[in-house]
Amino acid sequence: MITATAEEERVEVRNRSTPEERRSSMVGGVLVALGVFVFIAFGLGVEAGLDATFNLSLQTDRFQGLAWVVDARTLSMTLGVMIVALGVWRLTQRALDWTNIALAIGFLFFSLAFLTWAAAGSQFSMVGMLRSTVILSVVVVFGALTGLMCERVGIINIGIEGQLLASAFAGVVLSSAFGTAAGIVGALVTGALLGWLLAWLTIRFHVDQIIAGVVINFLALGLTSLMSARILSVVQTLNAPERIPSWRIPLLADIPVVGPTLFDHTYFVYGMFILVMAIHLGLFYTRWGLRSRSVGEHPRAADTAGINVYFVRYRNVILGGMIAGFGGAFLGLSQVARFEEDMTGGVGFIGLAAMIFGRWMPVGVLGAGLVFGFARAVQQKAAILNIGLPSEFLLMLPYVVTIIVVAGVVGRSRPPAADGQPYIKQ
Amino acid sequence: MALELRGITKRFPTVVANDGVSLSVEAGEIVALLGENGAGKTTLMNILFGLYSPDEGEVVVDGKPLELSNPSASISAGIGMVHQHFMLVPVFTVAENVILGIEPLRGLDWIDKKGADDLVREVSDRYGLSVDPEAMVEDLPVGVQQRVEIVKVLVRDARYIIFDEPTAVLTPQEVEEFFEIVRGLKADGKGVIFISHKLREALEIADRIVVLRDGRSVGEADPATATTEQLAEMMVGRPVLMTVDKEESRPGDVVLSVQQLVVLDDRGRRTVEGVSFEVRSGEIVGVAGIQGNGQTELVESITGMRRSLAGKVFIGGEDTTRLGPRAIHRLGVAHVPEDRLESGLVLEFTVAENIVLNSYYDDPYSSGIRMDWEAANGASQRLVDEYDVKTTRVDVPVSTLSGGNQQKVIVARECDRDVKLVVAAQPTRGVDVGSIENIHARIVRQRDEGAAVLFVSSELDEVISISDRILVMFGGRIAGEFNPETATKNEIGLAMLGSGAPS
Amino acid sequence: MTDRSAEPGGDETSPPSNGGTPSGPGWLHRVTGVSERLGRALLVPSLALLLALVVGAVIIMVTDVDAWQLMGEDPGAAIGDMFRGVWVAYRELFLGAFGTVRAVSETLFTATPLILAGLAVALGFRTGLFNIGARGQMFIGGLFALWVGLHVELPAGLHIPLALLAAVIGGGLWGGLTGLLKARTGAHEVITTIMLNFVAAFLVLYALKTPLFQQGGSNLPLSSPIMESARLPPIFGSAFRVNIGVFIALGAVFFIYWLLYKSTIGFELRAAGFSPTASSYAGMNVAVLYTLVMFISGGLAGLAGASMTLGLPPYTVTSNFPGTIGFDAIALALLGRSHPIGVLWSGLLFGALIAGGRTMQAAAGVTVDLVIVMQALIIIFIAAPELVRAVFRLKPTEAEPTQLTKGWG
Repeated sequence: MITATAEEERVEVRNRSTPEERRSSMVGGVLVALGVFVFIAFGLGVEAGLDATFNLSLQTDRFQGLAWVVDARTLSMTLGVMIVALGVWRLTQRALDWTNIALAIGFLFFSLAFLTWAAAGSQFSMVGMLRSTVILSVVVVFGALTGLMCERVGIINIGIEGQLLASAFAGVVLSSAFGTAAGIVGALVTGALLGWLLAWLTIRFHVDQIIAGVVINFLALGLTSLMSARILSVVQTLNAPERIPSWRIPLLADIPVVGPTLFDHTYFVYGMFILVMAIHLGLFYTRWGLRSRSVGEHPRAADTAGINVYFVRYRNVILGGMIAGFGGAFLGLSQVARFEEDMTGGVGFIGLAAMIFGRWMPVGVLGAGLVFGFARAVQQKAAILNIGLPSEFLLMLPYVVTIIVVAGVVGRSRPPAADGQPYIKQ
Repeated sequence: MALELRGITKRFPTVVANDGVSLSVEAGEIVALLGENGAGKTTLMNILFGLYSPDEGEVVVDGKPLELSNPSASISAGIGMVHQHFMLVPVFTVAENVILGIEPLRGLDWIDKKGADDLVREVSDRYGLSVDPEAMVEDLPVGVQQRVEIVKVLVRDARYIIFDEPTAVLTPQEVEEFFEIVRGLKADGKGVIFISHKLREALEIADRIVVLRDGRSVGEADPATATTEQLAEMMVGRPVLMTVDKEESRPGDVVLSVQQLVVLDDRGRRTVEGVSFEVRSGEIVGVAGIQGNGQTELVESITGMRRSLAGKVFIGGEDTTRLGPRAIHRLGVAHVPEDRLESGLVLEFTVAENIVLNSYYDDPYSSGIRMDWEAANGASQRLVDEYDVKTTRVDVPVSTLSGGNQQKVIVARECDRDVKLVVAAQPTRGVDVGSIENIHARIVRQRDEGAAVLFVSSELDEVISISDRILVMFGGRIAGEFNPETATKNEIGLAMLGSGAPS
Repeated sequence: MTDRSAEPGGDETSPPSNGGTPSGPGWLHRVTGVSERLGRALLVPSLALLLALVVGAVIIMVTDVDAWQLMGEDPGAAIGDMFRGVWVAYRELFLGAFGTVRAVSETLFTATPLILAGLAVALGFRTGLFNIGARGQMFIGGLFALWVGLHVELPAGLHIPLALLAAVIGGGLWGGLTGLLKARTGAHEVITTIMLNFVAAFLVLYALKTPLFQQGGSNLPLSSPIMESARLPPIFGSAFRVNIGVFIALGAVFFIYWLLYKSTIGFELRAAGFSPTASSYAGMNVAVLYTLVMFISGGLAGLAGASMTLGLPPYTVTSNFPGTIGFDAIALALLGRSHPIGVLWSGLLFGALIAGGRTMQAAAGVTVDLVIVMQALIIIFIAAPELVRAVFRLKPTEAEPTQLTKGWG
């Protein structure tokens, strides 16, 4: 029998400072600890006098041979001190708006110190790393935008993974058979169909939204694996799409560092940036956005204002599915250029994580996607450099970060008020 | 020019909410629709507004039948509604809420924010509503939120406006302001339907009163001649006691003593600021005040649900400041919580399970780890009979009961033992008259048997009629103490606004 | 026992959680003699299974590449081939599940972790929590058991119980973490369990590459074989894989039934799950209860993990030992209406489907992925009974809301 003792149960309700203030203090503490760790591990952990060389140009660049050479120990120790300073500033100040920015800067310094430590005594392609950060974040961001489109109108979508996987499959098969354009259209249609399925199950039949999402993941995994084994393994020409090439933006791509990082990609990458901006403007400045948000926050109010709640939900969830379709097409046609069973491998859930980390905001989602992409890029680089850091721990990072976020340690935010709740009209 | 409802019938799986109801309102007329909780008023208005579709009947606006399918049709026919629970998105600005659904655009889909703000200002000024278009709705007090709802209706050019229980959240003074606005609307030629269960307000504002009972319209009354007693009898179907029937109180020893209590709310604000008072056995102390002035946190702190920042609470001489709800319950404290659906009941549970909800661990329902369901069901059956809870069996989910009967389940659970102190927070909110009488009588009986009672309610009439002593809370402090026999409603109302002279 | 199996909500003395109006299929009663109440409870699940088999058949036909290539030359033969393909696949599915003693052994063996993980999910549903984390809890529980199986030397009579206890603790801690986070910070269990699944998978991947677990001389994430004394003994000799795990699963079913409906703790767990506010007003410690229920749930999943690490010949553990069980568990908990005894039956059914699916894959070239698709369809039909009723033109019965979660907290 679980009875609370008087002491225990009152601890729960004790609440002397606001959550924001506690968070700020906690972030401060974390930063101080992180800074000390950086100072010792990455600073003192490096032999004195070793240089770290960061290459700032790729072989394909117009300007060659740019590099930044720096004494590894000095830089790491400096960064450690700066992180500690940042933490102390958080602990003493009450400018709460700055908490997340402090955290982001701390993360950036930490990463730089880590790379310095890893590159001490050798060379390291900084630009290559930034470039792969962008590429690795694309599917995550598309997945997160899918989730955002759905949750902003009150429907939780944990079927992003399945939507990505199924549209990657459709994209690969149709592109192999009928060409790239057909592949992309097929992927969009597949994503939209699964979006419709989610909306139909949850709106028409009031199926629990989590369960509907689980179903979509199951269906996508089962069907694509089955068809891959029964069809693609027999007719291998259906699993050989043409890889979508990069489109180098003239002039901009020649800018050192920035060019190869941002302006030498397939149009999926440009599409990602454009989509983030478009959804941001759309959500907060247009009639479409106002109505969508009202449905996600207070569907009955929207209904009484004459807005068709079900229509808005169907529309946005299907649009979200199409975004996942775009992400799936990128995965199948640009990143890998063939279909493999379970090729998403959890990236849809990283997308879900990025949506939460990005606080249901398009720009936040982009930032979160880039952070997770960066972690992934570091993990790949660390595996190549073989620096003894188990790559599993870097792979865990997005998931751990998300748990920390939902636990309210770093930046708890409000999801749309009606998120996950069916709207039942009499 | 009139809005007419003809023979509206609406059936729900278990009840007939409206049974052939007819009602009409003309331009420039105020009609009060009177009925107690559960009489079908809100259902009727939701049909009129296109939120529900009726099984039978039609609505005619200015001679044209109205398509009763969705709110858009009603809105474009000139019907506007101010709902009991405001239909406002808390994280939107006032202007965003007002234009939702009729957005002024600049270009393809781009919202004309300035146009929206100007529209709100213009309407707000014309009717003297003074709302700021750029304010965030969640930051506004309820009185202002209600005015935002009115702006919303006016911006849509409504000619007929329905107010659903509009005064439930207002102080007596705010009610006066609200009535001024309504009279202004009438002068402007609007037809107004005023839904309420408050007789006096209907008599004051309406040109005509229509009474609804059990889903049927049972008659009309002329406010110039009707009395509250007549109306009450029409509403309930039998003579109703307008006051609580009780004898002179005989206060005994101090049971509850609160000393310099300071309590924070969930957002860390000091909502109870150094409150001290005592409640003696055999007396009912009523706490009046507009919601959100610390009553909720005060009650939670006394019953062990919320930790206090400073101060002490003694119950029966024992320091309970740091005790939890179970320990306090075991001291003989009955707690009828403010929000019965959220905190009083587990809706998915059966009546029996809810009745043993805070005593399941003890004799006779359990001997440690194993539940004795036979004992629990037996005891529940007895309580259901004794407290007149209308339910077929004790093993049906409590969610299938009406609000009044759910509340009786809670009262039965809390009071069926040796009770020293009763803390009742809003125990009659959303409850029908029969159940209100039942609950009031039960509380008075507890007093007569020697319990101390702390009775918190935002219905001033109720507090005045049941209390032996009244405390008014404002801004987290006790803003005044009144004798219900001698104090006027106006005095108490002023104290509720923080401007009364403390006695 | 059969009679009781399909009564969600309990038995005579525990108050049932839903009081629907009786309106069932009379014909079922007349034809089969099955009691009306049981029949009503079984109707939708049976039809859901039937529909899933039909859709599965269509999928087998549509994906029959050889038949499609024949279609241009001889459509008749091609369509005949398609139907033959379905027949062969389903025949092998059935034979693989029930056809031989070995098949039955495989079905029971496969069902063991499914029942345990299904109970973990069902316990969550019954107490208002959505545990998607059975997979992660299986990982950690299985890993704990593996450690005991590799490193603790004890006689079998003590070794197995200790390893199982370790599994309960491991899975329980992993699940309890979710409960604790929910209780202390309000973090929604769906998000944390999804994320913890991945964290657990990477932890196990890492662990299996450390000297503590890794097989000597290998670079793969593969463990050494566990000691003989820690292996779950087969019931019918080493020729058949079914082992005493099946009794553990059965015991767990009855324990959870008792816990939920007969004990004070079960009462508290259910109360806290449905309404944390009302429960704390009633003096229960909701934080402890959330943690406890997720501990028990995780412990059950941990046992499921242990049945994979201690009971699967050749007793070396790979990095994906839970397979899809963590998700199968969600489907079968729904199919079993989250009632412990319903879970037992649906666990056996899924065990049969998957065991049969393996035979089908070997003999008929239809991969076991078909079973995943069928599970997805079963969930849809169970969660949207209106859909089943529309297909079979049944009259609607009482509303059956399936909302289990309340949005991200």
